[in-house]
Amino acid sequence: MIGISGLSKYFHRGSVNEVLALGGIDLQVRRGDFITVVGSNGAGKSTLLNCLAGSYPIDGGRIVIDDCDVTSWPEHRRARLISRVFQDPLKGTCGSLSIEQNLALAARRGRPHGLGLGVRRRDRDAFRRQLAQLGLGLEERLKDQVGLLSGGQRQALTLLMSTLVRPQILLLDEHTAALDPKTALQVLELTEKMVAELHLTALMVTHNMRQALQLGNRLIMLHGGRVILDISGEEKDRMTVEGLLQRFYAVRGETFDSDRMLLV
Amino acid sequence: MTFYAFMGALEQGFAYGFLVLGVYLTFRVLDFPDLTVDGSLPLGAAVSAVAISSGVDPWVSLLLALGAGFLAGMVTGILNTKFGILHLLASILTMIALYSINLRVMGAPNVTLLGKPTVLDPLLNAGLGPFAAAPLLFGVLSCLGLLGLFWLLHTAYGLAIQATGANRQMITSQGVNADHVIIFTVGLSNGLAALSGALLCQSQGAADVNMGIGTIVAGLASVIVGETLFGCRSVGRALLAALLGSAVYRLAIALALSLKLGSFSFTPSDLNLLTALLVVGALILPQLRRKVLWR
Repeated sequence: MIGISGLSKYFHRGSVNEVLALGGIDLQVRRGDFITVVGSNGAGKSTLLNCLAGSYPIDGGRIVIDDCDVTSWPEHRRARLISRVFQDPLKGTCGSLSIEQNLALAARRGRPHGLGLGVRRRDRDAFRRQLAQLGLGLEERLKDQVGLLSGGQRQALTLLMSTLVRPQILLLDEHTAALDPKTALQVLELTEKMVAELHLTALMVTHNMRQALQLGNRLIMLHGGRVILDISGEEKDRMTVEGLLQRFYAVRGETFDSDRMLLV
Repeated sequence: MTFYAFMGALEQGFAYGFLVLGVYLTFRVLDFPDLTVDGSLPLGAAVSAVAISSGVDPWVSLLLALGAGFLAGMVTGILNTKFGILHLLASILTMIALYSINLRVMGAPNVTLLGKPTVLDPLLNAGLGPFAAAPLLFGVLSCLGLLGLFWLLHTAYGLAIQATGANRQMITSQGVNADHVIIFTVGLSNGLAALSGALLCQSQGAADVNMGIGTIVAGLASVIVGETLFGCRSVGRALLAALLGSAVYRLAIALALSLKLGSFSFTPSDLNLLTALLVVGALILPQLRRKVLWR
């Protein structure tokens, strides 16, 4: 349902600093796929997500979502189909607005934000119910400014906001990387629960190989702007962290001993 | 300070109220420092004066001024969002362009409204003195403006305006075209500035091409003085603080002008220095307060 073909992206194109960030990515994402994306720094993971969301203009290729060619769509238009959770917990929510106002904006994702009252009474009950699912007690704090929340609470709120209107695809860009281990685990469990309950199609970038193997039904590894590994189903279940590292170093043409700790 | 000076300061404070609300909207809500108002305030005055001179109803002339200011602001917004020109520079470009446009609109450096109808006429005919009529009418109008903005900022679109200023990535990810929000909001802000200009020219009896000089500084001074004195914890509070700040700013200027220390007194040429000192004072005051509390 999501077809990416020949997607390429350069940074500083035409200058001496030209960098090939994505070198012709081909990827078919099936409905309901929960794909984890791994790769070293600079492999193109975040660039891929940013190109999908429309944050970066692309230099070549096509992106088709649900038979709809979105290649030329600007970011705000693609937001109708795509929702995202960022690595930086401050990015996905608006700190100067209250929790209910943030939710009200998210509840209208992809629809016009007109001159009706932003937060209506009947919205509040629904928001309270949905916040209660997070188990963080935020349902009692509808009118609190989001700037008062902790990073983990903000990330959980962003996750809820990204699913208030069901997205065709959910992009998670290392969304637990900036959180402490315990909070990261909570947010990760929440992610798993939401993806499963709403049958979402999701792409999740992570640096944690173990996490990448545990979560989702499919794993892709990027290197130098290309997909160098794409496994799913049983093949993914059988894969180990060691195995992943071996594949990684095989492609790079190095022996896999030196800096393996960095990746585990 | 005489009673007349006091009422005169209130009149100015409320007439500039729309401008100050507009400056709050761009400067604080949208985080868009906009100098266009130095050109759009006299644009409003010019449009209103010329319209009244050619027989248009004074109230309708206010709407024309609002529309003209809105278009001027849109130009700044478009230069910034569609062509990537830095907001400050985009607004300066529109501002200097408006100087020429204002001269074209008026066909002369100034237009007088002597003997022409104004929005103050109904109150004057009802027997109110001019010193009472203008502050009363402008006070009521600017309060209506405040309520209008309060409502707007609480609509879904208003939330999008607030979020655009605070976190552009977030609002774009929610499917809102941030460029359009910026163009609309800067337009609205300048429409309000033009409305102030129209009210001023009707109460002063003339529009002048140079009446816009220092508008943005006065607007910022009012917003900052208001925030320091009255707080800005919620949108409603901040809007009220901006409007009251406008009145306080004009009263402070009037007070300074009426001050006499021996043979020394301030003259209108000292106003720029006084304004700068007032803004610096308002910016430093919260810091001093914090330092004293720490001890």
